[in-house]
Amino acid sequence: MQATLAIAVNVFRESVRDKVLYNLVAFAILLIAASYLLGQLTAGQDVKIIKDLGLAATSMFGLFIAVFIGIGLVSKEVERRSIYSLLAKPIHRYQLVLGKYAGLTLTLVVNVSIMAAALYAVLLYMAWGTGPDVQRTWDAPALDPALVEAIGLILVELMLITAIALFFSTFSTPILSAAFTFGLFIVGHFTTDLRNFDQVINSEAAARVARALYWVLPNLSQFDVKSQVVHGVHVPAGYLLNTAGYAGLYIGMLLTISMFVFSQRDFK
Amino acid sequence: MHIARGLFVAMAAAVLLAGAVKLQAVRETAYPQAGVDEDGTLYVTSGAAVRRLTGAYNALAADAYWIRAIQYYGGIKRRMMRKPLAPDPPSMIAADVDEYRDLYPLLDITTTLDPRFHIAYRFGAVFLAEPYPGGPGRPDLAIRLLEKGLRERPDKWEYMEDIGFVHYWYRRDYRAAARWFDLASQIPGAPWWLRSLAATTLIQGGDRQSSRTIWEAIRQSAEVDWLRSDAERRLVQLRALDDIDALQATVDRAAAQIGTEPDSWAVVAEVARRKGVPLDPAGVPYELAPGGRVQLSHRSPLWPLPTEPQRINGTRRP
Repeated sequence: MQATLAIAVNVFRESVRDKVLYNLVAFAILLIAASYLLGQLTAGQDVKIIKDLGLAATSMFGLFIAVFIGIGLVSKEVERRSIYSLLAKPIHRYQLVLGKYAGLTLTLVVNVSIMAAALYAVLLYMAWGTGPDVQRTWDAPALDPALVEAIGLILVELMLITAIALFFSTFSTPILSAAFTFGLFIVGHFTTDLRNFDQVINSEAAARVARALYWVLPNLSQFDVKSQVVHGVHVPAGYLLNTAGYAGLYIGMLLTISMFVFSQRDFK
Repeated sequence: MHIARGLFVAMAAAVLLAGAVKLQAVRETAYPQAGVDEDGTLYVTSGAAVRRLTGAYNALAADAYWIRAIQYYGGIKRRMMRKPLAPDPPSMIAADVDEYRDLYPLLDITTTLDPRFHIAYRFGAVFLAEPYPGGPGRPDLAIRLLEKGLRERPDKWEYMEDIGFVHYWYRRDYRAAARWFDLASQIPGAPWWLRSLAATTLIQGGDRQSSRTIWEAIRQSAEVDWLRSDAERRLVQLRALDDIDALQATVDRAAAQIGTEPDSWAVVAEVARRKGVPLDPAGVPYELAPGGRVQLSHRSPLWPLPTEPQRINGTRRP
């Protein structure tokens, strides 16, 4: 446990050293500039659009961090040959994988939390300059606490993507790992089509394969409640718990396979 | 030493950038480029296809399409209004007018990407129904867009009110308008005046006072400044129509007295004992056209005035 924690903290420190947190500056500039410009362009929809933009940017920036750091977590150590000195220490290989995953998750938690705070700050500023009559016409208040639900599910989705990236990085090259992870991200948002494949083809066998893939591939579209939250549509607590539970189990499965694959690898 | 080197690099970069900017300015003067293509191009017109392409970022893409729709409509409207003396096609048969061809696809994509984008339905309908040259003059598309919104949110009485309004103002179908106002009034949370609006429309459709009532209702229920200020502008335009009717009566009387059509406001002023040139509510002088016809100036921000709906019995009454 101690070793896993030490590795996690080290991964976080390394990401700070690698200036990963600089993306927060880009995020802040994007939001502040957008809040200034959108008032002129959106015919009164600036708060809705700032929410959309903030949530989409949180998801997108997080996705890039999860993929591009996730794929290098193991492969970079192998490339730099630092894996030998690491494995020579009194730690198990599974601890290394777990520590790396926990470290990147910590980086994502810090990133997403700061982005959420920045989004709320910009929304507070926008609400401050808006009269109560106009505010009453919004689908949801500017400082809607329900935004946390959308941000929470974005974080859970990013944790799942990190697990996918880490899984591929245990046995593949960084470029291929990035391609596979992005591929799964895209497929993961369209898995519903696989479920309904029998409606567009006549082959029963192909429909069965598609249905099997639907259940096996990660279903990422369920983490996307951005639109509902922005329009003030209630997302039930049961849905949030169910989705988070699904992610937890899927991450567990991916980490288990990653640890197994990594433990079997020969680094000679 | 280190600071001096940094300063030198910064100054060198600034000089090089200034040189590049200057060269660009020279090139633009020497080889002027065509202006921005205000029409733009809509490469993908299917909302479903764009929905696929944007994946997890549908809402953000809807915002982008919404901004594009506003820019597109505003840009073309401004361009069209800049040439006010061009002969206008009949306002209600402008369906083949090419200028606004991408407006409906843009609004359709926006609302497909974000089916709860409330304002896109309401503003979009106003944009689409507006007669040429202020819009494409397509009340049918305006109603289609609002009905699409109703399929998503059957509880939105505002969409029903807007459909009724499009029937009233742009299609002159007062029975349909009254039916939609009545439907809207039955939705829980709808304002009380919708019921009386339905009754008034059915009895007095086309009456200027009814138009005033409807625009006042829209002004009061407007959720955003743009809709409110548009309704206020319409109310001012109705006031200008009242002014024109009153002035026309004065001019006609003056013509009867002097035996010919007066050719200037000075003649009318002399005969009718009025002072100065009459101004419209925006402060621009009314024009006295050949034939003694009073009209709004093309320079007025209120131009063009709306074509008034006909009364149910076929006559127009102020």
